[in-house]
Formats: sequence, C-alpha cells, structure tokens
Amino acid sequence: MKAGRLKQILLLTDGCSNHGEDPIAVAALARNQGVTVNVIGVLDDRQKEKPQGLEEVESIAEAGGGVSQIVYQKSLSQTVQMVTRQAMTQTIQGVVNKELQEILGEGQSIEELPPATRSEVVEVVEDLGEACELEVLVLVDTSASMQHKLPTVKEALYDLSLSLNARTGSNQFSIYTFPDVKHTIRRVIKWTPELGEINGVFSKLSSGGYTPTGPALKEALYAFTEKPIFRSIQDGEDPYEETGF
Amino acid sequence: MKKQDFKLFPGTYLQGKWNGHQYKVIRKLGAGACGAVYLCHNLQGEKVALKVGKDSSRMMLEVNMLKKFSKVQGVKLGPAFIDVDDWKAPSLQVFPFYVMEYVEGVPLSDFLRGKSKEWIGICTIQLLTDLEHLHKAGFVFGDLKTDNLLMSNSKVRWIDVGGVTAIGRAIKEYTEFYDRGYWGFGSRKAEPSYDLFAVTMIMLEMVQPNKFEKGAHPRRTLAAKLASSNDLKPYHSLIAGVWKGKFQSASEMKQALSYIVMKRAKGTPVSRKQIKAQKHSSDWGELLALSAVAGVFCGFSIFSFWI
Repeated sequence: MKAGRLKQILLLTDGCSNHGEDPIAVAALARNQGVTVNVIGVLDDRQKEKPQGLEEVESIAEAGGGVSQIVYQKSLSQTVQMVTRQAMTQTIQGVVNKELQEILGEGQSIEELPPATRSEVVEVVEDLGEACELEVLVLVDTSASMQHKLPTVKEALYDLSLSLNARTGSNQFSIYTFPDVKHTIRRVIKWTPELGEINGVFSKLSSGGYTPTGPALKEALYAFTEKPIFRSIQDGEDPYEETGF
Repeated sequence: MKKQDFKLFPGTYLQGKWNGHQYKVIRKLGAGACGAVYLCHNLQGEKVALKVGKDSSRMMLEVNMLKKFSKVQGVKLGPAFIDVDDWKAPSLQVFPFYVMEYVEGVPLSDFLRGKSKEWIGICTIQLLTDLEHLHKAGFVFGDLKTDNLLMSNSKVRWIDVGGVTAIGRAIKEYTEFYDRGYWGFGSRKAEPSYDLFAVTMIMLEMVQPNKFEKGAHPRRTLAAKLASSNDLKPYHSLIAGVWKGKFQSASEMKQALSYIVMKRAKGTPVSRKQIKAQKHSSDWGELLALSAVAGVFCGFSIFSFWI
C-alpha cells in the first residue's frame, strides 16, 4: 500500500455560526469530496463554562469525518497538532477498514481482528501516517471575540508546522480567515510547506457581529479543491483513489 | 460509534476473548491518555499490571513497542509484556487490554525527598544508561517525563513505552514541558538529542518540582530557571550544553555527567564517597611506604653485594 495524499480543513472558531448555509451540511459535502473537516473551539482562559452554541463544533467535525476539541487557549498548541494527527490516523484507518471489508467481508474492521493480525495492521497504518502527503487548509474565525486569541492561534499554527514537518511525508499549509466582507473568506497565506514567520497575518480586524461559518467552509472547500485537482490532472491520477473516497 | 466510559471495581474478573486468560482487579494504579492501568492478579495469584483502553489501534501500537522493549540486547528497558486481548464488558461493548509486568516502586520525586543531592546525578546517569541501549537499538523514548518513571529498588524504571519512536520519524507523543520544540530548542524529529533535552528538564524538575510555562521568551525563561537553581550548580554547563545541542548521544552526555559526579565527590565535606576517597589515599600511602622500604632494602642488598 502506497502512502497517499490527505486533505484537511482545520477550522478554529469560538462561537456558533449565525449566517448563511448550515456548516454541518457543508462539512458533509467536504467529506464527500475527500476533504476531512476538523474543528477546534477556542475558549478564553478565564471562561468557566462552555458557552452556548459550541455543540456545533462537534457536529461539524462529525459530519466532516474529522476530529473536534473544545480547549482553553493555553492548550491550543498541543491540541491543534493532536487533532490533526488523530484525523490523519482516522482517515487512514477508514481506508484500511474498507480494504479489510473487501477482503474479509462485511463488518470487518481493525478492532475486530485477532490480536496477532491487528498488531501488523496497526503498524501499516502508522507507517502510512508517517509517510503520506498532507495538505491542511487552516480557516480562522477572526470575528471580534476571537481578536485577543489570535496571537495564541498564530503560535499554535507555527507549532503545528513544527510537529508535522518532523514527519517523513511532505506537507502543505495555507491559512484563510473569515468573515471577509467581499469574498466571505480571505487568503492570508498561500500554500507553503512551512508556517515559519506568520507575523502580521491576522492584523486586519473583521467587522464583528456575524459568523458565516457555513459559507466560509464552502469557500475553503473551493479554494482547497482547485489546486489539488489541477495538480492531479497533471499527474494523471485520481485524487481520491488513494484516500479511498 | 463512541464507546462509553467504564470503571473497573476491585474484585471484578476480566476474561480475554481470544486467549481466554482471566484476571482479577485489585485496584487502580493510574490513568493515562488512552486508558487506565489496574493492579491485577492472574490465575496463579501473581501481581500484574493491566491496561484497558478504548482505542484499540493505539493500544496495539503500545503492545508492539512493549514486546520490542521488554528486553533490548539483553537489557530490561520497559516492563515485561505478558498478554494482549479484548474484554467484553457486561454492557457487551468490547475493550482492548494488555497485561504487563507490575513494576513496584515509588515516583522519582518521592524517592528523592530527603536524599542527598548526589542522587540527582546518579538517577540521571541511570536514565542515560537505559537511553543509551534504546538509542543503539534505533529508537528514542519520545515522551520522557517523570510521570513515566518509577524508582524500583533504587533503580530508575520506565513504565510507559507508548511514545517510543523509530529514529528519523516524527515524535508521536510529547508533553510540552519536556518537549524541546515547545521551548524553541529544536525540531520534533526523533533523534537521540530529543531525549537528552527531556533528561535536562527532568533534572530541573528534580530540584524544583513546580512546573512553569515558557512565557514570551522561552529560552530566556529556561536559562533563568537554571541559573536560579543552586542544587544544579555542578551541572549548569552540562545542561546548557545539551540545550545548545552539544551532545549527540546518551553516551556522550553520560560521560560528561559521570565526570562531574566523580569530581564533585572530592569537594563535599563528609560523605561516604569521601571516606572511600580517604581510604584510597591511605592505600596510596601504604603503597608508597612499602615501595620505599623495598627500595631501601634493594639498595642495601646491592650495596652489600658490592661490598
């Protein structure tokens, strides 16, 4: 089995969507297109209770075949890399399970294999996770309540690049923010293998009030699929074949 | 499909679905990121440690590591592996579990309490000796931290090998305080020097158990912490050297550390080591006196021969 290319959208937000189409539906669409959606809900360090509307975080990730976490700012770095890696493993496991079902019949999965066989399969999954190519589109909610969290977000994204670039497989990152008055989302960093110096990225304030998570996700999906599809046509391969979608 | 959380109470019996072995829960030993560890009795009544979790892939990866590192080149590194199986709970849900040697011991911090400061160096040397073997086998420990260590019969033992990673790959598990990436001292690639950094953080923790955060200038924060710790004074340049990437292997760092530990023994006022050292010097005296006598005797015999 060859290590393929995995695509993820990582959504960082702190509230509920209140504008435009349903983000859960868009996430389901993304999953269908071979793009996993992960969501991290960022809490204030002083916040005692989970604010209302953050259940949406879990629902979006679930529909998008990804992983969700609600965390305080101070553990954002570790969470961002953990969520990304977990989602990678999850996707690869999904593909392997599908293959297993084809070989062994319906209802078979890694969990149900006898320990000796399972032991070998998990090593294969681990190897694929280390070697596969990964593309992460980071979508950051920059509405008013997120403003003071943005320095932490910046740090966490740098940390993410540090973690992923220790892998053997190559990485591509890009960063978008929302809302943007004209285009719903705004690209602040185009595809790059490393998120080193990202100073000044979130400098521009967005006009607060509305959080169009759904439309933003959809734009991200467009932005995402444009490049890889173009490239894979050039490569002459089906972009979803390897990830099993 | 999400698995429910579960609790195992003392007296519960667990039977494996595949191998059929049975274990009786005695008490909970601790909980980690992906499961809980219980002290159990096997059918023979021997004490074993049993870990139950939810993520069967992750548990299996741990088992693979455990199998590899129960023994590396004849040296015992992690706890010995005993059994791996699935357990069908009364709720009919299936939970993966594995069984390993029960390492009886105390946390490093408890062990060091009330002990003389030279134990800092000794424990660190022990740790580096184990790392030496692991690195030679082509792996780094990864998530090296005091929580993953026990002192068993005055010897450091690893109790969780879940973070062990093949050299050259990405570190799969880490804890920020011990992670050189967090402090801005390098990458998260699995290299021997990654573990060496964590060793210095364990040394820091041995003298001041309160963890601290990196702040705006991580490297400066660390340097200040080091400068302010008197008990680590003999090791200041060694630790700073590790941070600068001066050491590429556990052997190099161990050698440098051994040198400091030996040298320090001379300076400390009344320690067992010094008594030993004094004994050594008196040995020397004896030898000197003996050779002087022999020399005189020899000279005398030559002299008498010459006569």
